[in-house]
Amino acid sequence: MLEIKNLHASINGKEILKGINLTINDGEIHALMGQNGAGKSTLSNVLVGHPAYEVTQGSITFNGKDLLALKPEERSHEGIFMSFQAPVEIPGVSMVNFMRAAVNAKRKYLGKEPLTAGEFLKIMREKRKIVELDSKLSNRSVNEGFSGGEKKRNEIFQMAMLEPTFAILDETDSGLDVDALRIVADGFNKLKTEKTSALVITHYQRLLDYIKPDFVHVLLDGNIVKTGGPELALEIEDRGFDWIKAERAVKNEE
Amino acid sequence: MKSEQQYIELFQQCRQLLSSQSDVVLDALRDEAFRIFKRIGLPDKKAERYKYTDVQEAFSPNYGLNLNRLQFRINPYDVFKCNVPNMSTLLYFIVNDAFHSKEYPNAKPSGGIIISSLNEAAHLYPDLVSKYYGQIVRKAETPSINSEGGQIIDGEFVPLRKNNEPDAITALNTMLVQDGLFIYVPKNTVSDKAIQVVNVLTSTVDLLVNRRVLVVLEEGAKAKLLFCDESMSDVNMLATQVMEVYAGPSSELELYELEETNMKNKRFSNLYVQQHDKSKVTLNSISLHNGLTRNMTYVSLEGEESVINLYGGVIADKEQHVDNHTLVDHKVPKCVSNELFKYVLDDNSVGAFAGRILVRNDAQKTESQETNANLCVTKTAHMFTQPMLEIYADDVKCNHGATVGQLNEAALFYMRQRGISLDEAKLLLKFAFVGEVIDKVDLEPLRDRLHYLVEKRFRGELNKCSGCRLC
Amino acid sequence: MENLKQEKNKLVREVADRKYEYGFITDVHTDIIEKGLNEDVIRLISARKGEPEWLLDFRLKAYSYWLTQKMPTWPHLQIPEIDYQAISYYADPTAKKKDGPQEIDPELMKTFDKLGIPLEERLALSGTAVDAVMDSVSVKTTFKESLREKGIIFCSISEAVREHPDLVKQYLGSVVPYRDNFFAALNSAVFSDGSFVYVPKGVRCPMELSTYFRINARNTGQFERTLIVADDDSYVSYLEGCTAPMRDENQLHAAIVEIVVNERAEVKYSTVQNWYPGDSEGKGGVYNFVTKRGHLRGADSKLSWTQVETGSAITWKYPSCVLSGNNSQAEFYSVAVTNNYQQADTGTKMIHIGENTKSTIISKGISAGKSHNSYRGLVKIDARADGARNYSSCDSLLLSDTCGAHTFPYIDVKNDTGIVEHEATTSKISEDQLFYCNQRGIPAEEAVGLIVNGYAKDVLNKLPMEFAVEAQKLLSVSLEGSVG
Repeated sequence: MLEIKNLHASINGKEILKGINLTINDGEIHALMGQNGAGKSTLSNVLVGHPAYEVTQGSITFNGKDLLALKPEERSHEGIFMSFQAPVEIPGVSMVNFMRAAVNAKRKYLGKEPLTAGEFLKIMREKRKIVELDSKLSNRSVNEGFSGGEKKRNEIFQMAMLEPTFAILDETDSGLDVDALRIVADGFNKLKTEKTSALVITHYQRLLDYIKPDFVHVLLDGNIVKTGGPELALEIEDRGFDWIKAERAVKNEE
Repeated sequence: MKSEQQYIELFQQCRQLLSSQSDVVLDALRDEAFRIFKRIGLPDKKAERYKYTDVQEAFSPNYGLNLNRLQFRINPYDVFKCNVPNMSTLLYFIVNDAFHSKEYPNAKPSGGIIISSLNEAAHLYPDLVSKYYGQIVRKAETPSINSEGGQIIDGEFVPLRKNNEPDAITALNTMLVQDGLFIYVPKNTVSDKAIQVVNVLTSTVDLLVNRRVLVVLEEGAKAKLLFCDESMSDVNMLATQVMEVYAGPSSELELYELEETNMKNKRFSNLYVQQHDKSKVTLNSISLHNGLTRNMTYVSLEGEESVINLYGGVIADKEQHVDNHTLVDHKVPKCVSNELFKYVLDDNSVGAFAGRILVRNDAQKTESQETNANLCVTKTAHMFTQPMLEIYADDVKCNHGATVGQLNEAALFYMRQRGISLDEAKLLLKFAFVGEVIDKVDLEPLRDRLHYLVEKRFRGELNKCSGCRLC
Repeated sequence: MENLKQEKNKLVREVADRKYEYGFITDVHTDIIEKGLNEDVIRLISARKGEPEWLLDFRLKAYSYWLTQKMPTWPHLQIPEIDYQAISYYADPTAKKKDGPQEIDPELMKTFDKLGIPLEERLALSGTAVDAVMDSVSVKTTFKESLREKGIIFCSISEAVREHPDLVKQYLGSVVPYRDNFFAALNSAVFSDGSFVYVPKGVRCPMELSTYFRINARNTGQFERTLIVADDDSYVSYLEGCTAPMRDENQLHAAIVEIVVNERAEVKYSTVQNWYPGDSEGKGGVYNFVTKRGHLRGADSKLSWTQVETGSAITWKYPSCVLSGNNSQAEFYSVAVTNNYQQADTGTKMIHIGENTKSTIISKGISAGKSHNSYRGLVKIDARADGARNYSSCDSLLLSDTCGAHTFPYIDVKNDTGIVEHEATTSKISEDQLFYCNQRGIPAEEAVGLIVNGYAKDVLNKLPMEFAVEAQKLLSVSLEGSVG
């Protein structure tokens, strides 16, 4: 479904990603781990087309389409969803209006009629239950005055509304207590179908107890330096990243 | 350029005619106003109060005046379709400056409330009208010694700043005015329905209109007023409006103004509000469509524990010009003022906001908050803002803030990630921006209507006024 | 750090009881020209200073322009009429009596010693070079030679006119033209002395440069002129201090400061203004009407104004920045204290012309007694200034119910990529803080000094250390008697 080849990307002229290769097939969950500054967020931002990042080399295809040629909103319509690390507050724009605009924009892209207000509100009510999102929250402005946990739950709620085929969870676990983490992860698992694949970016093993990855990648200085199964995450939890760095240093010397 | 000359000559020539066409109460103040006007003339751009609007230029063309009170053959009820749905209002029309006498069937105020032509009211209730007519302005323009900064020089108190200079537009309006509107809400009376007044501007020749409004709320009275400016013709119209509002002790007033005119319209509105003990007044003006607009609002807090909320929203594009000038004068202790103005400027439009908060020496325990936020959408749009605090009392809490900026980039991207197109995301953020002012509207149907109109306006579906079919 | 804080607090306490301590008069033979202003006077000043023809021309042009101008009335100030013919425009305390000794009068050296500004290099504050100006003439400039070795020119402007005429001619009036305003025209016509600084390309000035201005003679005005040029990639930090004797009549001080900042250069300009503020009845004091402006001509240049304004009967000035160079950055930090009958209308102008230019304004006004203190500032974003940013914060603190604190910001934006933010608050000194101090045994007046210093900290921190201590003392002294 997603194929990244030799991806180089920079921000403000500084190269962050230095030749990423990654293939994610339908239904697979890939975890991406690494220290701060390794390029994890850059990769996720490049995938969703953030204008601040410049792709200098390489390609990304998504279901056979050249992803890099698509605008951010078109990527969204194609089924890519990102749960933001720090969801922005948008005062004055109600969650209802925001979500309706998003859902109907996607329907239009897919050649479907827009939902009526009644249909839309019904769907909204149903999906809210998945992440136990209070109805009060959906009446407020987007993310405004939400706690950290509420913001992350709201992200998963939006995922439920937009039914993506590929989800990026960018440090969705940061700032969450155990209960909130469970609710968010359960929500994600309920939404995941056989077809849905995901890229889960995290520092910690903790989230991976709830969202079981098929593959674990370690990103170091703009490159994927190690790939393994779920056991790799446990090993990192245990030993940190230094041994991987050391391993790589040895390899480079050879 | 000395634009005032033609008005001085006009007045001298037509003095008799003006007398013959208006009640003695209105006539009584003309000569004094004329003396003031002759002395100060129309301001040029060097006048601090008018630095952002060229008054000389606006008043220099040769406009006609309907001094002979010819009736415009128009039935506004037939042509006006811009009712606010679901809002049961007492609906009245003012055609140019003349109160339209035909009553809408439902428009029957209750409980001794008077809503009528100002000229007629002056005739029917001379004592009542003369008690207030011109007096709110007079009080506002009388300097009060020792309650603000200054120095004794050669035994004489010289104030630091002339807060109370007479205003030339008000003087001109008082000189030439022949009619307008009178609203009177007696003691402890509550108007159960909102009162909607549509100012219809219509003419076949370029026209100067001088409209006068007097609103009196006696002690404990409550009312909600909605004024809509609509233009129905394609000629140059210059309208001056002086509105005097007396808010008696413990009275409550909500006053909404919605401007939906066209590019050929120039509006100079001076609103004087006088508030007494524990009164609460909310003013909210929305400029949706216009040519050149200059709104001056002077709020005088004369009674303790009064509250004034002063809100404004401006959407301008093309060559439109909107200048809001406000002065909230805290004269007594324990009053609260809240001010919020938001502008969205597109194309070559010009926006100006000058908001002065004056806290006089006696006005301890004043709380005042003023915010002005602006979005410039193009390089050629131009925003001037001047939020001023002038404080002579020490036990006060006053804040003001002003921003000029663009739409939040992070919010735009977030919306695009959710599949909303860039244009649509921008629109949503613009509605939200202006929405903050509209959300201050207490009348729910009006609020909904305004949200709807603003959305249409931003989508470019509101080229002129939305309701009328004439233009 | 703790020690330093204690040291500062001690100083604050020390000065709590002091009055204006710089009010003495130096008894020195001073050559003062006749009162009055006309073309002949200007020719006389120019001749005394042995100026070239072009400079006389410049003065005369400025004078004839000044004659066509009226003093503006827009500031929030009550200014008694000034009789320009009752002022003497040139006073030279260094003039030798024909039969007297020919070296600098030791009284002059003593004066500056007394002011804490020793003019002997061995006694100097570490790392500071001083140009000492009394009345219309520069008395002495220290460390001139050692700076010269680095190519830095630091001398009086009169000397610069003689020694470096090309540089002066190139830059004089280039930032503040004589037509700029009423007082700029007056200064351009009659300016006497002041400092000149030129820092060549790539040079970081190794010490603080400072000018100390002193008015001594009676019935004179001081019209100094400072010109600072920082060439590409250079750096200089400049300090300015001022005092005057206590006299019953008002004295006029109308200076011009021009700063040129070229590519990647950085200039810091700090002022501690302590002109005689008049007595507690409002009698006497200096009128401080000054035009200060920096032109950030070069890309990536930086200019920072820091001012602590405690003196003067009337302060009327707006140290400003014209940000022409792309990515240039400007800052304005100000504390203005007014007490008794003092008046201040001060602030800044930030004119954004270049792309991605950035400016910051932090202003703290403190009003006490019957004084009036206004912040007035303009932020202008030109149509060309893509990506320009400004942040302004203006706070006012009120210490009495008879004073006034006012904020008049003007914001003009002509660019859709600019971001301007302005916020302001006005409040009374916190009763809770005062009471807390009282409970800990700190008397009210001292507590006010402490609180005010804390309130002004953001700005004081921007000053060089020696100046910061001086400024803290001043804040407390200025507010003496403000607690009823």
